[in-house]
Amino acid sequence: MAASDYPGLDTLALHAGAQPDPATGARATPIYQTASFCFPDSDHAASLFNIERAGHVYSRLSNPTNAVLEERIAALEGGVGAIATASGQAALHLAIITLMGAGSHIVASAALYGGSHNLFAYTLPRFGIETTFVDPRDPQAFAAAIQDNTRLIFGETLGNPGLDVLNIPAIADVAHQAGLPLMVDSTFTTPYLIKPFELGADIIQHSATKFLSGHGIVIGGLLVDGGHFDWEASGKFPTLTEPYEGFHNLIFTEEFGPTAFIQRARKEGLRDFGACMAPTSAFHILQGIETLSVRMNRHVDNTREIVNFLMEHPQVDRVGYPELEGHPDQSLAATLLPKGCGAVFSFDLSGGRPAGIAFVDALNVFSHLANIGDAKSLVIHPASTTHHRMDAEALAAGGIGEGTIRLSIGLEDVKDLIADLKQGLRAAGKAAGGSRS
Amino acid sequence: MMITVNEQTVYCYTNSRDIDPAKPSIVFIHGSGMDHCVWTLASRHFARHGNNVISLDLPGHGRSGGAPLATIEAMADWVIAVLDTLKIEQAALVGHSLGSLIALESAAAHASRIRAIALVGTTSPMPVSDAILDAAKANDHSAFDMLTQWGFSKRHQFGGNRSSGIWMIGNTLRLYEQSRPDVLFHDMRACNDYQSGIEQASRVTCPALLLLGAEDRLTPVRSTQALQSALTSAKVEVLPGSGHTIMVESPNAMLDALHQVL
Repeated sequence: MAASDYPGLDTLALHAGAQPDPATGARATPIYQTASFCFPDSDHAASLFNIERAGHVYSRLSNPTNAVLEERIAALEGGVGAIATASGQAALHLAIITLMGAGSHIVASAALYGGSHNLFAYTLPRFGIETTFVDPRDPQAFAAAIQDNTRLIFGETLGNPGLDVLNIPAIADVAHQAGLPLMVDSTFTTPYLIKPFELGADIIQHSATKFLSGHGIVIGGLLVDGGHFDWEASGKFPTLTEPYEGFHNLIFTEEFGPTAFIQRARKEGLRDFGACMAPTSAFHILQGIETLSVRMNRHVDNTREIVNFLMEHPQVDRVGYPELEGHPDQSLAATLLPKGCGAVFSFDLSGGRPAGIAFVDALNVFSHLANIGDAKSLVIHPASTTHHRMDAEALAAGGIGEGTIRLSIGLEDVKDLIADLKQGLRAAGKAAGGSRS
Repeated sequence: MMITVNEQTVYCYTNSRDIDPAKPSIVFIHGSGMDHCVWTLASRHFARHGNNVISLDLPGHGRSGGAPLATIEAMADWVIAVLDTLKIEQAALVGHSLGSLIALESAAAHASRIRAIALVGTTSPMPVSDAILDAAKANDHSAFDMLTQWGFSKRHQFGGNRSSGIWMIGNTLRLYEQSRPDVLFHDMRACNDYQSGIEQASRVTCPALLLLGAEDRLTPVRSTQALQSALTSAKVEVLPGSGHTIMVESPNAMLDALHQVL
């Protein structure tokens, strides 16, 4: 028997974490829509509270439907465990508050989802956690920004919205040499396109709202622990390596070994901050994950055709897709993302802001909204929406211009998507005062 | 806590409590390539129920220093040395796989020191396939893969952990990966070479429990007949749906079963 005999990604996407319901035989994972769970007797109750038995107490802490989803994403990522959270932002926050407190510091890529940038740049400083933003294409910039109080290195597998490919192996080396974990947001890529743990990352965050659930019907996040990072050797993480008064002086690394991080996150952060996932949301995300590879294949195929269409269009100044000749990350993308660079990308319209607005307003098949990773194709103008809190300098650091348009390519017939884009481009041309069609 | 045994600093988990001579003591012994973490739920449980719990990291494993011991007999002697160090006159032993052989040997060779044994995921003899031995000797990752996959029942290849959010295949694999070079080979070879288990079992007089996984593929239930016959004091419990990694696959059923002898 060899490593290849482990169940494959598609099989895990359908089965990991799930067993036919022992009570009813239901094949689909049931929605356990309950706040609490009965204790058979007082000793059983005490043993659950004291982490002696496996089981559920209260759905803020754990729930059987959520547990299936948590195991499934941990299996797909090759990790040791996971926690389902209320949103992707809740997963990011949960990781941070598990690892550090006031007086700590984070080194993060400058090319981030606007919500994550807000958290790092504006909200966390109020709680004493500062962040230095660096060029995601420069591993040495990450190294240079590390301080004595740095506790986390963070980036997105594909930067938002410029699709900077994070050099996970190189940045993981930088992090590990400094005794720090690397956390990546793999929302754009999912475990179908990249396996960050195999490349050296230590913690993964997903907004499951996007490609994992895949249908734009649910808000949810996932935090996944790779189980590789040696918290004790690092010596920088007392929350994991020293007695925790909030749980009878439990030392998480001592009692849980490779799952210390995710256990502390559940026993403290999920318990105290309470950003848990609703069981019905977990059910919806599980349905999406069942078809992950089928959908991601189609997402990528459609994206490649549309990228080629836009590349040849005279009103398009730039298309930012890492598979393209001349993209600064083309070689890295071929190495790290051989199945494709996802289905979200940006391009710059000639004609600037007026052209961009006219383009977005003219589209019919594409939906103008703030989301990505839907089965339906989506469009947005980042400078006026998702990234509107960023000043010009921060926008430029993230590779965003006033005419930048972000597309999330869905699963429609690609000919219909291209036809929609053509009429949008005609409207953009008129708005810009040009005669191009 | 860190203690010194045979002039070597080694670790044992005690639920952050000192050893109380007035309490009964239970020693938990992990399997090949593992460490004390596999017993966290059980040791916490029996600590709350009024026992001294001592969950060992065998020499060369986990937080313990030293080199792995070569034979089951040497490991049994070492367990008794741990009891001596902790000034524990008598203890119950709970062992998994390799640890179960150590418990068995201890109960036979040091009968006055052992009040009960629970052998979890066990059989004797415990032959190890050449494929695993060769891979372990070469420190090849495939040894971890084979043990991880064969260590769980077929249904648990897809998880279904009762402990929320933990992918038990991944966690078990990571524990193997954290073992030091050659440790797994030493452990596997010791299991393979221990040929006196049945003879020693016939000498055991203390209460005993054989806790077996109905779908165990490493130490199948059908292979335990000789051990069951020789260990006349033993209760036998077969847990449905469980493979070899009973502490993870059936943690609650294991606790309930252990109460029969602890």
